[in-house]
Amino acid sequence: MRESKLWLLHLLAGAIIFFLLGLHMFIMHLDSILAWLGIGYREPIDAASVFARSRQAFFMVTYIILLGAALYHGLYGLKNIINEMNLSHVIEKVIAGVLTVSGLILFAYGAYTAIFIFVK
Amino acid sequence: MPDEKKLQTVQHKKNRLGIAGWVYGGRYGAERYAYTLHRITGLGILFYFILHIFATGSRIWGEAAWTRTMALFDSPVFKAGEFLVFIAFAYHALNGLRLLFTELGCWMGKPQRPVIPYKNAVRRQRPALVVLMIIALVIIILGGFDFYLLGE
Repeated sequence: MRESKLWLLHLLAGAIIFFLLGLHMFIMHLDSILAWLGIGYREPIDAASVFARSRQAFFMVTYIILLGAALYHGLYGLKNIINEMNLSHVIEKVIAGVLTVSGLILFAYGAYTAIFIFVK
Repeated sequence: MPDEKKLQTVQHKKNRLGIAGWVYGGRYGAERYAYTLHRITGLGILFYFILHIFATGSRIWGEAAWTRTMALFDSPVFKAGEFLVFIAFAYHALNGLRLLFTELGCWMGKPQRPVIPYKNAVRRQRPALVVLMIIALVIIILGGFDFYLLGE
């Protein structure tokens, strides 16, 4: 794929992460403030809360979308940083390949976890 | 001709500062340091995120395994680390929003003739940087309250 398209995907992934990770952070780390407003999960890290969310289709789907978007955004960003280090073209290609394969493995593992708990 | 090409390559490499270029803002001002911080926070979040994928993977083994995994991270050091990730997220998200909009040509005004005194595109988008950093700071303060005062 052309570099310009990969860059556009990087921006698109960033926009998706902005909303989904924002939601995740509010639920997980601003829970006491949300509780004041009468919304959100109390003790969001407790097993009961975590598994209750994991068994909802909304959270299962958004976790997988967030996982894919964040892995792409993060690993493509890392590739761009590495490319600024004046490495040879061959090494750049190898690093891009390693990052792509690592990203796919992490995505498969994370998506499997999300789906497994949802259907269990 | 090959010599000329070689000279161009050498010049090209001389212009690239490598890692040193990350921390030296030069004449570029606040946005250059925002860029440096964007990279550092991005790398930090990526490192945490990969660990997070494995930590949350323990859900597969059931609720007891999840509770045991979370107990491993139940210490002031991990809590401080988690709050650092929260700060990195707030900064990276809000600065990233600015980068996204300016990449798409927003917040920089219409193109103008270069009449002295110049008002370049970087200066035109600077209010957005200030406003977004204030919002990031508010979110970080709210997070701090939740992490350390209300969360227990």
